[in-house]
Amino acid sequence: MSELLLRFGRFLMRPLDRQLLTLLGLLSLIGLITLYSAIDESLARWSGQLLNFGAALLCMWLVAQISPARIASLALPLYVIGVLLLVAVAVNGDVVNGARRWLHIGVTRIQPSELVKLATPMMIAWYLHRHQHFLRPIHFIVAVVLLAVPLGLVLRQPDLGTAMLIGAAGFFVLFLAGLRYRVISVLMVLGLASLPVLWSFMHDYQRRRVLTLLDPSEDPLGAGYHTIQAMIAVGSGGITGKGWTNGTQSHLDFLPERHTDFIFAVFAEEFGMVGAAVMIGVIIAIVLRGLRIASNASGLFSRLMAGSLALSFFTYAFVNIGMVIGVLPVVGVPLPLVSYGGTSLVTMGLGFGILMSIHRHRGSLGDG
Amino acid sequence: MKLTTRQEIDQNTRYQSRLQVASILIIVAFGLLLARLLVLQTMQYDYYHTLAESNRISLAPSQPNRGLITDRNGVVLAENRAVYTVEIYPKDIPDLKATMAELASAIDLSKSDRRRFEKRLRESRKFDSVPVKSFLSDAEVARFAAAKYRLKGVELTTRLFRSYPMGTTAAHILGHVGRISPRDKAALEARGESDAYLGIESIGKDGVEKTYEAELRGMAGYAEVETDAAGRGIRTISQKGSIPGNRLRLAIDIRLQKIGEEAFAGRRGAAVAIEPATGDILALVSQPSFDPNDFVDGIDPAIWRQLNESRDRPLTNRPLRGAYPPGSTIKPFMALAALETGTRSADRSIHDPGFYTLPGQAHHYRCWKPEGHGSVDLHRSVVVSCDTYYYGLAVEMGIERMHDFLARFNFGKPSGIDIEGERSGLNPNEAWKRARFKDKWYAGDTVSAGIGQGYVLATPMQLAYATAVMANRGTAFRPHLAKEIANVQTGRLRRVEPEPAYVTQFGDGNLERVRQAMVGVTQPGGTAAQAAAGAPYQIAGKTGTAQVIGIKQGQRYRESEVDERHRDHAWFVAFAPADDPKIALAILVENGGHGGSAAAPIARKMMDWWILGKEPEVAPTPATGAAQ
Repeated sequence: MSELLLRFGRFLMRPLDRQLLTLLGLLSLIGLITLYSAIDESLARWSGQLLNFGAALLCMWLVAQISPARIASLALPLYVIGVLLLVAVAVNGDVVNGARRWLHIGVTRIQPSELVKLATPMMIAWYLHRHQHFLRPIHFIVAVVLLAVPLGLVLRQPDLGTAMLIGAAGFFVLFLAGLRYRVISVLMVLGLASLPVLWSFMHDYQRRRVLTLLDPSEDPLGAGYHTIQAMIAVGSGGITGKGWTNGTQSHLDFLPERHTDFIFAVFAEEFGMVGAAVMIGVIIAIVLRGLRIASNASGLFSRLMAGSLALSFFTYAFVNIGMVIGVLPVVGVPLPLVSYGGTSLVTMGLGFGILMSIHRHRGSLGDG
Repeated sequence: MKLTTRQEIDQNTRYQSRLQVASILIIVAFGLLLARLLVLQTMQYDYYHTLAESNRISLAPSQPNRGLITDRNGVVLAENRAVYTVEIYPKDIPDLKATMAELASAIDLSKSDRRRFEKRLRESRKFDSVPVKSFLSDAEVARFAAAKYRLKGVELTTRLFRSYPMGTTAAHILGHVGRISPRDKAALEARGESDAYLGIESIGKDGVEKTYEAELRGMAGYAEVETDAAGRGIRTISQKGSIPGNRLRLAIDIRLQKIGEEAFAGRRGAAVAIEPATGDILALVSQPSFDPNDFVDGIDPAIWRQLNESRDRPLTNRPLRGAYPPGSTIKPFMALAALETGTRSADRSIHDPGFYTLPGQAHHYRCWKPEGHGSVDLHRSVVVSCDTYYYGLAVEMGIERMHDFLARFNFGKPSGIDIEGERSGLNPNEAWKRARFKDKWYAGDTVSAGIGQGYVLATPMQLAYATAVMANRGTAFRPHLAKEIANVQTGRLRRVEPEPAYVTQFGDGNLERVRQAMVGVTQPGGTAAQAAAGAPYQIAGKTGTAQVIGIKQGQRYRESEVDERHRDHAWFVAFAPADDPKIALAILVENGGHGGSAAAPIARKMMDWWILGKEPEVAPTPATGAAQ
């Protein structure tokens, strides 16, 4: 009997990288503990999140079974579907909070921008992989266009947070593929120069958020409210924190979005500087493990994809924490594995599944 | 195609170097975050710790003034009052029972106060403050202040409360506000509006308070106040004033509303008055009424039970929710239908022997006048309200043509008034009956539909709307309560401009003929002659009686023999002055008996006020009245 269990366990573990899995488990555990406090100890919602974790784990396990070559072959269809869905959203999406992000399909609603988060770097990595023998500027130009199309559509929704994440994921692929630093600096200068243009396209609430970053006290009850309250939460946590479920900021209604985008403030208030350092340590370890897998990967697609995934995870965490502690503007980016919400968890599961698959096939050059 | 070894090595070298650059950037980025955390959590710890400790006070949102609601002349119907409230912070209180007992010695806590407090306590979360009692008297405030030092975790605050100075008057129009319930909160979150409610505790639950919630609400302000350890404010660091809600001016005239309500003299029913040329609702009466002030701070369960279980149903908005058979008030519309569809010409007379029979059937469809009206043409059929004329007319016209024509006057459709809960009444036809009862339409169904009975149902709102369309010669303005929304800060006004909802046109002279017949109704010989007697302006009207129970063949309906609740409903629709209407009305008195005697006098009082500015005379008390 125990023999059977053992074998079943081995079967389950076979496609997974133990180190990465352990680190992810650790962060998830921290997340679940924090969430319990952030949702006012509501078991119903907490177990809902547990189910989300189950779904994400299943997705990761399933994707880990698929070889990178097969995953690469899915890049084009997924990308095309993603872009078409984004167009459908632009034409016929639901408006929630003033942004058009959701699409009705039968009985359920989906947010196509989530799919695009993975499909876009996949597409670019696949494209560059196809032309790897002879990468010329024209290929990078095409890749930039491949990135710009979904990026533009998501920006239009408008969803600044997701657009930034898609842009980052695509950029990481280009960067790892060896886009010259000279070109990168030119792009950066162009980007800075286009800021005024972007500004003119921004919605009022987005402009307010940027201005708020410059001076949160300017609008303490409006856009600055989130930031001020989050900073009070974090700052008042001190070195060791106020203790689990004892955060006053979090449990009074002062901290908005405390179980989603601002959950780091809850954590830092209740576990203090020490807790925050541990959490950031785990996040760094996950990113470095991801980069390690990327470094050992074989085949250009696998390398670019693995690197982009690891760096994307870093971006999520960095942007979210940066926003909570007031060094980046407030954009809707959840803290991976910690914030409440099924969609982002499943996307994470899929991404880490790809990483695990790449790790498992690190020796084979089969798809080169 | 495989890469050459050379290419592979080149690619890998470049890739690995990029990975290294990325790793360094990551370490630097996280280092920045950690540095920032270090600053926040150690160097600025004291600052943020203090802020967090006194956050209840130091980052207190200030309630906005909810927008006033006035009638068309600026009379205030809903305002805000500052009220003393005692609140408890449960987490600061070690022994809630002892504290409550101590508190009860200072302020009067009734049983219902305690019940309400316990309910709120259950719904609140760990760190919330929970109001114990509002509307403290000056004496209670003084006693509380004296006992304050023994009451840790209990605070006295002033809050703004909605107040409805008119009490039960116009309650169904105004609706009311109430505390934001967990369900409201969930709905706001789903719509992404919960941010707008920071620092706001109540929300419009019904009536125009609900429809115009977003206008009336305003935005909470914000004061950052430095406080000492005892929680006393030392100085205000920064302040951002709250933004008051917009002021809502309604189309109703509160005096007309009151005259309408008082004219019911305790009877149940509804009255709707519309200005035909604009769609302005001048009055919307629903009797009996309730006091919206009871709802503002959470309604007392005993009062709630009483309101909810009363068989008079005071909470029901009768003009919108009450669907009654329109009875004879449908006759002017049927008469117009006869002319418009070419079914009967104006001068064709029929003989009324007191009943109607369908060809080949023995069943007698009785006219209200047992001995019959004799020879009746179109004009007379309206003036004397001859049922027999309309039984035959409906059968000749057919239910489909009748249905289509009545639809031009909005029967069977909600009027589109700007408060919730309107019912659409029923304008039946064959397709409807098939879908509803899986049964075919019988000729007998058409006969009773012809006098507004059977399946036909209309709300007082619909009849008033249809009458207004008739009064305005076919140009329909959507009935509306809001007239103007004013931004109190900028003074900017937004008027609700009347815009024709639709225009329906009639053949040469047809409409005038029917209007003349309606004028005949209020003149000697007409069914509403008595109520209109002595009016210095012409009234076009139509009485109606809606049966509540069926009367068996061969039996006669005698009011005195029937239980009060089973008596007929009395209707009256009218517009005046007949040639240039300023007001169109529909009056319904539940179980009131005859339209001419029960409903028409109410309309007369309202018209006299609106057209002449004449106050109704104080009604003689029944004891002294000789005309019993």
